[in-house]
Amino acid sequence: MTGTETALNLARAQFAFTVSFHFIFPAFSIGLASYLAVLEGLWLKTGKPVYENLFRYWIKIFSIVFGMGVVSGIVMSYQFGTNWAVFSDKTGAIVGPLMAYEVLSAFFLEAGFLGVMLFGVTKVGPKLHFFATCMVAFGTLISATWILAANSWMQTPAGFTLNEVGQFVPKGSWIPIIFNPSFPYRFVHTVIAAFLTTSLVVGAVGAWHLLRDGQNAGARTMFSMAMWMAAIVAPIQILAGDTQGLNTQEYQPAKVMAMEGHFDSYAAGAPLVLIGIPDEENRRMSHSLEIPKLSSLILAHDLNAPLAGLDTIPRKDWPPVAIIFWSFRVMVALGVAILGLGLFSVLARARGKLYEWPLLHRLAVLMGPAGFIAVIAGWVTTEVGRQPFTVYHALRTAESVSPIASPGVTGSLIAFVVVYFATFVSGGIYIVKLMAKPPSTHESLPEPASPRTAGITPAAAIKSGGGA
Amino acid sequence: MQSELTVIWAGIIVFAVAMYVVMDGFDLGIGILFTRFRVGTERNTAMNAIAPVWDGNETWLVLGGGGLMAAFPLAYAIILPALYAPMIAMLLGLVFRGVAFEFRWRDPNHRARWDAGFCIGSIVATFAQGITLGALLQGIKISGRAYAGGYWDWITPFSLLTGVSLVAGYALLGACWLIWKTSGQVQEEARRFAKTLTSALLAAIAAVSVYTPFLNVKYYDTWFTWPGVCALGVMPVVVAGIGLLLYRRIGKGRDFAPFALTLGLFGLSLLGLAISMWPDLIPSRLSIWNAAAPRSSQLFMLVGACALMPLILGYTAWSYWVFRGKVSETGYH
Repeated sequence: MTGTETALNLARAQFAFTVSFHFIFPAFSIGLASYLAVLEGLWLKTGKPVYENLFRYWIKIFSIVFGMGVVSGIVMSYQFGTNWAVFSDKTGAIVGPLMAYEVLSAFFLEAGFLGVMLFGVTKVGPKLHFFATCMVAFGTLISATWILAANSWMQTPAGFTLNEVGQFVPKGSWIPIIFNPSFPYRFVHTVIAAFLTTSLVVGAVGAWHLLRDGQNAGARTMFSMAMWMAAIVAPIQILAGDTQGLNTQEYQPAKVMAMEGHFDSYAAGAPLVLIGIPDEENRRMSHSLEIPKLSSLILAHDLNAPLAGLDTIPRKDWPPVAIIFWSFRVMVALGVAILGLGLFSVLARARGKLYEWPLLHRLAVLMGPAGFIAVIAGWVTTEVGRQPFTVYHALRTAESVSPIASPGVTGSLIAFVVVYFATFVSGGIYIVKLMAKPPSTHESLPEPASPRTAGITPAAAIKSGGGA
Repeated sequence: MQSELTVIWAGIIVFAVAMYVVMDGFDLGIGILFTRFRVGTERNTAMNAIAPVWDGNETWLVLGGGGLMAAFPLAYAIILPALYAPMIAMLLGLVFRGVAFEFRWRDPNHRARWDAGFCIGSIVATFAQGITLGALLQGIKISGRAYAGGYWDWITPFSLLTGVSLVAGYALLGACWLIWKTSGQVQEEARRFAKTLTSALLAAIAAVSVYTPFLNVKYYDTWFTWPGVCALGVMPVVVAGIGLLLYRRIGKGRDFAPFALTLGLFGLSLLGLAISMWPDLIPSRLSIWNAAAPRSSQLFMLVGACALMPLILGYTAWSYWVFRGKVSETGYH
């Protein structure tokens, strides 16, 4: 590898590391903010204390998740400049305004109302507080809209022209830029993924406490709500994923060929490769298990439809096949498992055993992290599948990078790894400790809204594992 | 029209940076002073004075960076690689600062560690921002459309001076915020810090002001020829006057005046910087006109900024209003 190549790969590794770590938090906080709005709304409407306590239980977790999302997100907005300077210069006029809109319409909204949401419960009336919660939840969704518009534009660029110095500039209206071909599909798929991820975490926490105390009202309510979500939304998500796949097939066929493991074209009906080992060197799948013609049925809705393979794509435009092949399978397998959990819960509900079926609860606990793994696998599929371009078929990744030599990028990458593990792993542990505590009938508020003697209340709550 | 839009966007970015410096300035300042407060009531109170607002304050940094990329992409693409190491250090410092708000309550056994992280993170982030300012003022090498200097170009005696100056400045802002928002022991401590820091900041402003005109002949010409020479005559007097007043108000038991006067010092310093730099984004090498995004991009964003900025300022003000008054260890009265 040449020095330039090493520096490029290091910059890619750094971006992949920081963005993957970052996305874990919004994947959770987008869903959790909406869940908190629902809980507070139900509490205001019904006056049932269980909703208030669940709101207080989850808001403590939300505040940690949100904080980590904020600090890891700021890194992203500067990393375009530090490590991808040429990309920034060339696409800033298009990607920049989309992100500026995200800051103006979403980040400020979330941040402005977050303080009141977390600490203002005793300062403003319940309705105003509910409004603040809704604004935070709304902000997370607006944020997702803009950043996904920017990301989708990189995948399926539209509405641009190149100026005399080689910058991408708007051709006319901004509508085709924002609503570029893959944006609607990616938006739906990503937001549903965030809701599902949250419902799996909530379901796992509920199930964990049901296994210990089947009568805990908070655990019952959260488990039931989460399982409704999984049962209803998982099938919708599979449909959404399918339509996004067809969209990708139309605009980024090479990505789908890699996902499918199709090195060769098929004149009459392509097989579905269930599993196998992609061999990029020899341009073939080895040890593969295939179902004849099924891929044509899925992608073209016709058993005998011809399907092109990577042999129709110049080698220099291939994405890394093996990574995409595997990450796609991880995502799909987890999607199917989530659907299975949802169906199991429907069965349990129909039999009146939703709260008394330990196998279901154990399965739900096991599936708690499944959403995170699935969303990361999904993002790996779509982002690595965009390679070797940053702007698809318009700007190569190798031509997007900053003029920073390897030692500089190595140093920053090591620093990110060390700092992220030191801080975010600690945060993860604190979240799990909070989750390990069963929801009580007198949940405390997050500090500093609740009266507290320095260093006693929250500590005791965590150490004793309950009874707050 | 293109040129007017460009000036408006330069103004918006300067506004975002100024808002950031002032608002996150006092957050970071409290962080810088944090471990000087006694464990327990004092630290908890200092933390509570900013817990509900720090996230919104930090958002102005994202607007500054994002706005620069959107409105002046070429400047963003040159400045950030030129300041690679300080930028990464700032981001990592902000990570430690930001997570401490939650983590210190969650983990009393390691609270001292997160408190130290809060303090060191704040110092590193501030120092890196100060270095960024100094490195930008002293100039950045460009070739074509890219940064052409080395990895360590940003480190010079001048950038170290601006780094230290900003640490003193933010710490003073933080101390004055605490004078306003707290009472009792914490307030007394803050007054003590503020006195020392006022002297430090005035010395720093003087040093940077004397140094700057000799960095670049353009700065020298701006300040030592008509009409800049008028400002040169007036500014030191006004700064000294505000400084003296600030020093006396801190001692006299006034709560809000010290913060307002410190804002005055920051305002004048920013004005001085703007006079030196105008109309360049990278001194003598890249003007706002050369770096500007096309009219379509600037106009599209301006519509959003005009519609949303009043809303943002409105609900930000409301959130400060909700948490008005003196803060105590157990939250707000």
